[in-house]
Amino acid sequence: MAEFVFWFIAALTVMSAAFVVLNNQLIYSAVALLFTLFGIAGLYVFLWADFIAGIQILVYVGGILVLVIFGIMLTNKIRSVRISHKSIQQGVGGVIAFWLFIFLFIALSKAPWLLNDSVEPIGTVREIGILLLTDFLLPFEIISVLLLGALIGAAVLSRGKA
Amino acid sequence: MNSLDSYLFVSAMLFCLGIFGVITRRNAIAVLMGVELILNAANINFIAFSKFNGMNLDGHIFGLLVIVLAAAEAAVALAIIINIYNNMNTINVDDAAELKQ
Repeated sequence: MAEFVFWFIAALTVMSAAFVVLNNQLIYSAVALLFTLFGIAGLYVFLWADFIAGIQILVYVGGILVLVIFGIMLTNKIRSVRISHKSIQQGVGGVIAFWLFIFLFIALSKAPWLLNDSVEPIGTVREIGILLLTDFLLPFEIISVLLLGALIGAAVLSRGKA
Repeated sequence: MNSLDSYLFVSAMLFCLGIFGVITRRNAIAVLMGVELILNAANINFIAFSKFNGMNLDGHIFGLLVIVLAAAEAAVALAIIINIYNNMNTINVDDAAELKQ
């Protein structure tokens, strides 16, 4: 049963990702990206990463996707939902992506991964919090300063001519 | 239950679809969506290796940092795209090839 649910979520993720890059309507791409991100959050749940799954939905679906849709709305003259956009060189791009996938698939299936058995944790939030404030304190502080700088930079860039 | 390979398989497919989107799309926002797919594919790998290597939570920290970087990248990229649109009235990445106007 769990196996079936896993492959269902994986198929949903990959098929909506294909829809994101293949269809011609920009809004439809954004909505398909929503399903992709939800599917990836489902994969995180299968990987026992409950905190990351929640953050994925909060940040990606609640933040980045809304930002992307705002960007679509602000950079097109809205007449209808159908904002079309062209793709070029789909043949060459498809060949490159296909051979990249073949290469990755062979590399992944032949690599001797170092694997250890793991027990299912009760929850990862507590351990992640402890790690963030002990072993990973410096990266945590750096990334928070970077996020602050990026947000101020974005606000300044998009402010327009005062 | 599921092996590591199935997660790596899904992640490789997402990565290749993201690459395909980045190199074929000409609308800057669609290119940004391709970049999001690539970042998510990398993130799945981090979390999957974390689970299958003794539930080592270092991978979760890396995933968290990737999500924060993706948020910062999306905010700055959309600000730049809106500026390009205001100045050139297009967001086709091939048309926005001049350094000044």
